[in-house]
Amino acid sequence: MVGYIVRRVVYMVPTVFLISVVAFLIIALPPGDYLTTLVTQMRAQGVELDQGQLAALQQRYGLGEPLHVQYLKWVSAIVTDLDFGQSFQFNRPVADLLAQRLPITIVMAAATLVFTWIVAFPIGLYSAVRQYSVGDYLFTTIGFLGLAIPNFLIALVLMYLGYRFFGLSVGGLFSPAYAEAGWNLGKVVDLLAHLWVPVVVLGTAGTAGLIRVLRNNLLDELRKPYVVAARARGIPERRLVLKYPLRIAMNPFVSTIGWILPALVSGEVIVAQVLSLPTTGPLLLSALLSQDMYLAGSLILIVSVLTVIGTLVSDIALAWLDPRVRLRGM
Amino acid sequence: MASETSMSGLSGAGPVAGDGPRSTAERRREEDYSASQARLVWRAFLRHRLAVVAGVVVILLYLVACFAEFLAPYSTEKFNEEYPYAPPQRLHILDRSGGGWDFGLYVHGYTSSRDPETLEINYTVDESTKIPVRLFDRSAEEYRMWGLIPTNLHLIGPVDDSQPMYLLGSDRSGRDLLSRLIYGTRVSMTIGLIGVAMAFILGVVLGGISGYFGGKTDTLIQRLVEFLMSIPTLPLWLGLAAAVPGDWGPLKRYFVITVILATFAWTDLARVTRGRFLSLRVEDFITAAHLDGNRPPRLIFRHMLPLFTSHLIASLTLSIPAMILAETALSFLGLGLQAPVVSWGVLLQDAQNVQVVATAPWLMLPGVAVVVAVLSLNFVGDGLRDAADPYKQ
Amino acid sequence: MADDWLLEIEGLKTHFFLDDGVVRAVDGIDLRVPAGRTVCVVGESGCGKSITARSILGLVDSPGRVVEGHIWWRADTVDNGAEQVGADGGPSRIDLAALDPHGEAMRQIRGNEISMVFQEPMASLSPVYTVANQLVEAIQVHLPMSRDEAWQHGLALLERVGIPRPARVMDSYPFQLSGGMCQRVMIAIALACGPRLLIADEPTTALDVTTQARILDLLVDLQRDTGMAMMFITHDLGVVAEIADEVVVMYLGTVVEQGSVDDIFHDPLHPYTKALLASIPTMGQGVRQRLTSIRGQVPHPLDRPKGCPFQPRCDHAVAGVCERIEPSTVTLADGRRVRCVLHEPGALEDHDPRGSRGIKVEEG
Repeated sequence: MVGYIVRRVVYMVPTVFLISVVAFLIIALPPGDYLTTLVTQMRAQGVELDQGQLAALQQRYGLGEPLHVQYLKWVSAIVTDLDFGQSFQFNRPVADLLAQRLPITIVMAAATLVFTWIVAFPIGLYSAVRQYSVGDYLFTTIGFLGLAIPNFLIALVLMYLGYRFFGLSVGGLFSPAYAEAGWNLGKVVDLLAHLWVPVVVLGTAGTAGLIRVLRNNLLDELRKPYVVAARARGIPERRLVLKYPLRIAMNPFVSTIGWILPALVSGEVIVAQVLSLPTTGPLLLSALLSQDMYLAGSLILIVSVLTVIGTLVSDIALAWLDPRVRLRGM
Repeated sequence: MASETSMSGLSGAGPVAGDGPRSTAERRREEDYSASQARLVWRAFLRHRLAVVAGVVVILLYLVACFAEFLAPYSTEKFNEEYPYAPPQRLHILDRSGGGWDFGLYVHGYTSSRDPETLEINYTVDESTKIPVRLFDRSAEEYRMWGLIPTNLHLIGPVDDSQPMYLLGSDRSGRDLLSRLIYGTRVSMTIGLIGVAMAFILGVVLGGISGYFGGKTDTLIQRLVEFLMSIPTLPLWLGLAAAVPGDWGPLKRYFVITVILATFAWTDLARVTRGRFLSLRVEDFITAAHLDGNRPPRLIFRHMLPLFTSHLIASLTLSIPAMILAETALSFLGLGLQAPVVSWGVLLQDAQNVQVVATAPWLMLPGVAVVVAVLSLNFVGDGLRDAADPYKQ
Repeated sequence: MADDWLLEIEGLKTHFFLDDGVVRAVDGIDLRVPAGRTVCVVGESGCGKSITARSILGLVDSPGRVVEGHIWWRADTVDNGAEQVGADGGPSRIDLAALDPHGEAMRQIRGNEISMVFQEPMASLSPVYTVANQLVEAIQVHLPMSRDEAWQHGLALLERVGIPRPARVMDSYPFQLSGGMCQRVMIAIALACGPRLLIADEPTTALDVTTQARILDLLVDLQRDTGMAMMFITHDLGVVAEIADEVVVMYLGTVVEQGSVDDIFHDPLHPYTKALLASIPTMGQGVRQRLTSIRGQVPHPLDRPKGCPFQPRCDHAVAGVCERIEPSTVTLADGRRVRCVLHEPGALEDHDPRGSRGIKVEEG
């Protein structure tokens, strides 16, 4: 088991490296560099940067030097000082902005995962055990719709319905009264009251996919000889289903993190934009649109790395759950 | 499971060697033995009613994409400042207002008033005005069909071209949503096809190499696939799309966006191809063909690929919707295709704001088009995948 | 052996309702398993052996279903409340075919009074639980034992089925064991509650030859020691000769012949049995002698031949009779039963399908 974990962590290294390269390319690709943009912007505001400052910044980012030097400077600053660079759009360190937006993004992603599990588990189980029942057809149809409707469209429709019939705005994560307030119990309650909308919107596709996977896996497992053999031993049916096939069909739940998380993070960008949530998505979008590349690249980097870590966690959990992986070290 | 194995044992038995009278079932099965694989797949596909219906919808969508110029009453850019956010008109066939039976297509005109406070324009349908409409209308603007044949024939249009006809409503600048939706179909549906074609080449080549040669090559390519699958694609797409210079022309941008989408879409296809190759590689008939002196290319293209063409087609069909959704998302966020190109995603950009959606809910119609297209392609793909194994049952 | 049977199947029909038609996998079979004896059910694959076994324990999966017939089980325990007293005041018996396959009464019988060993030992154990987990569970389902007692009992069982270092195997996962070991574990689980009937569905088919022999020896030993009856399903006539007391020969969902192992091997009556026996290679008969095989193939299950199911392949078929009438099962003087017009007195003189008047014909 320890060997397995170590190997999985080692496998992660090239992945993280590749991600950092891609993120850096996104920073470096657009024409013009950070400094030219900064100087232009400052000039537009009537502020002239002095040569000393410019030189210091040039030194800091390795601008004008070959790309790999720039890359190394960027990465080492992140690794050693958690210095992600400067956002010229907000004129603040990127790290500050991350610290502000990231926690709430993670909370939302985690809440969505939990929502996905809680909804998909009983439905998937029911659909498989009662295959071809009315309920099964109903859920399968809903599942198909859930997969086909882009989640931003669900968000739009929800917002439209809320606005049209209840006269309220569904967007945001906080009521105006709490938006700028410090954290207290009232704010947490307020957050929970708002959180369900993005969670449901984001979770729909994942839930639909998970129901499908769980149903198919469970159906496969229910036909396996060991289920018949256990039945022939006189094991009560309910216990049999819950103990034998479900244990293996559970795997998709654990490995969900691996494939739902990337989709979730992708979906978050667009849904958060529609619902105007204070998460990383809209920040990334505005950074990209205004070519605030250090902010954009850092966001892509951190969000991708977090996803990879989530996948790692799910792989380890899977190994813990399935002795075949754990003992054979596959 | 023993019952299954014995059942397959039963059905695995050959045709009857006896000389008794032959039943129809038996004859049908003998046809099965001799029918080509394509025919078997086709027959199995036809049994999925939902998939067949969805297939018809997909064909219709591509026909719309093909004949967009003719089907759309107007061009995408024709605007009319007098009618921003005009609601959809109902198409009437029978006019009984005069007391008689007056057949003929027509729509009612609008009367508009501007709200003095919000400055919003409120439309009411004016039952008294009648705008006659005709099929195969020639009064509207000229265009070149497929850029070649100059004509001004439109499927439908108002007899008097100066009068408004907005069957699906209009947008902010009074452009006809129906026309834009039809042109959008062309862009959105083809971006799926072209993107999938690129992804297909990448996926089949890399997956094939991976599965056929195995070993270190396989490990390397699999690592790459895992990498691409483990990272959230949208932020990366956005990042790459943002790096596309803004001054590039619409066509160039269209292709670059397609390439960006395809870079991340080939992984599924590669996995399917690899899995198939891996399982086929150890089959006895492949070993036999190899021992007969067949070289790898012949082995791959003559002996292995035909065995899972239907699986590939199914996977291809299933990856088009993902492509369409991706384009829609990118364009919706303003980083994908950009006006004057019209795609469903570009059209949905107008519907980003709740206030706008509340006054003009028909602007969400492109979303309906997305859902219909995605759902249909999914059903077709599922039907094909189930049908791809004609010998399975 | 007139009345000491443990299990009696009467006119059992198990059909599968597929889209293309109905597969009559088991089509009206009669057979008896005497207490404490070994009955071998032989036949080609697809003849309905396994489905018969599954029907006994109500394990036939949809779209299959027992549509007709009785499976009488002599119940000597009075605690499951489901039994009826025989009409003649004889020993009580339960019709297993009439029990709800998902019901409690059936569950009480499975693994307790009747247990089953399957063809693929590896696949028949769940890969994600240890041997101990599955063995202890099987014991506790039917026997009132604490976990520790059940564990000790399980350990003893593993030892009994000849597993070396049983304590270590207890903590292993099935995929860490060989096929032979897995089958021994399966047998231990089957014996856990002291069944009166063990159904072994081709238990050695998936194993290599030396392991096969050991497992067979083990089963014979266990049967002798415990006095349980055994219904052994196989297509291997060599195995039959080695372990059977009684033999049931099946063809296309019907029992064509049943009798003692000596009778079947030395004096086969049904043409199918004869043909089967002729297809076994025998030693010392000259190396270059060609093996005889049964001509033709087993018909497609959806196209059963009319009349006698074996008729298209039978060397002794009587034209004008065999393709027209389904033979009835005839019980001969020594308790043997055969289902062939050649042994049905009167059937050939009179071509009327109901021409079997006056002889003893089993109903169903």
